[in-house]
Amino acid sequence: MERTTPARDDARNDVSTRDLSPRAGEHADGSAAKPDAEGTAVFRLEGVSVAYGGVTAVDEVTFALREHEITAFIGPSGCGKSTLIRCLNRMNDLIPSASVHGSVLYHDQDLYADDVDPVQVRKRIGMVFQKPNPFPKSIFENIAFGPRVLGMKGDMSEIVEGALRKAALWDEVKDRLKTNAFGMSGGQQQRLCIARTMAIEPDVILMDEPCSALDPISTGAIEELMLDLKDRYSIIIVTHNMQQAARVSDRTAFFNVDKLEAGKRVGKLVEFAATEKIFTTPDDKRTEAYVTGKFG
Amino acid sequence: MAVAETDIARKVVQRASSGERSRDLLFRSSLMLCLFIAVIFLGVLLVDVAADGVGFLSLEFLTSFPSRIDPQSSGIQSALLGTLYLMGLCALFIVPIGVASAVYLEEYADNERWYNRLIEVNIQNLASVPSVVYGILGLAFIVRGPIDIFGLGVGQPTLLAGALTLGLLVLPVVIIVSREAIRAVPPSIREGSLALGATQWQTIWKQVLPGALPGVATGVILALSRAIGETAPLILVGAAAFQRFNPTLDGQFSALPIQIFNNVGEPAGVFRDLAAATIIVLLVILLLMNSAAIMLRNRYEQKW
Repeated sequence: MERTTPARDDARNDVSTRDLSPRAGEHADGSAAKPDAEGTAVFRLEGVSVAYGGVTAVDEVTFALREHEITAFIGPSGCGKSTLIRCLNRMNDLIPSASVHGSVLYHDQDLYADDVDPVQVRKRIGMVFQKPNPFPKSIFENIAFGPRVLGMKGDMSEIVEGALRKAALWDEVKDRLKTNAFGMSGGQQQRLCIARTMAIEPDVILMDEPCSALDPISTGAIEELMLDLKDRYSIIIVTHNMQQAARVSDRTAFFNVDKLEAGKRVGKLVEFAATEKIFTTPDDKRTEAYVTGKFG
Repeated sequence: MAVAETDIARKVVQRASSGERSRDLLFRSSLMLCLFIAVIFLGVLLVDVAADGVGFLSLEFLTSFPSRIDPQSSGIQSALLGTLYLMGLCALFIVPIGVASAVYLEEYADNERWYNRLIEVNIQNLASVPSVVYGILGLAFIVRGPIDIFGLGVGQPTLLAGALTLGLLVLPVVIIVSREAIRAVPPSIREGSLALGATQWQTIWKQVLPGALPGVATGVILALSRAIGETAPLILVGAAAFQRFNPTLDGQFSALPIQIFNNVGEPAGVFRDLAAATIIVLLVILLLMNSAAIMLRNRYEQKW
């Protein structure tokens, strides 16, 4: 497969091809995609807080995530890293009590603007979950589902083969595409879920602890896959595994739990920097304590 | 010394006392006795019915019209057809409405809202309302009521009126069972589908409902096997006995339980044997339906 053309890239980045046309126009002439010294941002978050039924889970996050990089979110349980990643493709909309404040900009488009359709957002920003969740259908149908519901044109068996090849799964499953995906191993199922996400040609892939249910060999396969994919996609990964963050990510965000009065806990972004810096010379004492295994 | 003794005591496995053992035995045998009572009564009933009715079973019995005058040539054709039509119509009515209601309650309704909770409680209650009450409802609003839907003879004691009444009777059961089947589809399947850019409608139609289908089908069959034996509501909506012509959608109808009920009411003893034979036919249909439900469940039930 050749590199995507700029025009296609543009289409991939545009949240809703029609509704946000002024912004789409900005994209077309390239003014919105301003590469600075920091690289192009895929997400810019400003003062983002998420609350469940009035209880704040993660508070005041401001940072910019770069395109074609792997960004890792690390931190102890309850620090809000999963909550935050679910804001980036509006999966939090599924929880009625969740509310998001602040602005989440995706290529300078506000994902929470009134006229943005969450379905369109999720077309651009795919997600892989903690537990592999293949559909109870054949391997082929698992991949074909996304392109079909999105009405993508083209030969479906080519789309399926392409997605499976990108996920380095083709050789393992090409002879049993018609068999049920539940018969695959956990690691294969997770790679199938990644392949399924790539079949809809997203711009970003969010991964919420994708390896926590897998053995070390499957984990290795997925990490390798992520490194292969990053010049094509922007990847954001939540992980409990610090070695994993150190191995695969370019930049790392460390979140921590602040204990407030009356036993309330709220997640905060402590430090966001190049992965190497986070793991060797972090600015914050708490980051250092966490990455050296003193707590968490 | 004392220390050594407790040390030994800790290593001794105490034997169960004979008192404990006999209590265990007593408990187990009383459980078996209860089961035995339940089974024995059913067994006696079945044997008695079979002994009385089996002599009348023949192809002629199934294909002749019932007769008050000539019991020897009496059959159940109109009642059997009536029951089969009732079940078919009833299924056509309850499947779309029941499944759609279940989808709304599981996938769209916000349980925080008082009206959704009210609906939920009422469906639970409706499922246990006596069937005779549904019969009165059917009589008042379907047979004698102003609602003559599609002009298909609703507004008279017709087959369609009977099927709608039975449908209302089992609809709550279908909704409850379908909701359980839909709830059994794990949320991760919905998330996976939505994360691929599918709409909620596509997610429900292409992932949730196919996953829930075996459960829904089983529930519908079990609901129908409750409806098939219902007598009281059919009496109230005016089902006929000893009907000597086949039922039509917009005409008079009969049904197996009605025929049984009326046979038993006849003074001549031979009608009781005819009733027994009819009961056997009804039981066989029931058995077939329940086996179909079990087969569906074992064969297609999704393990998540």
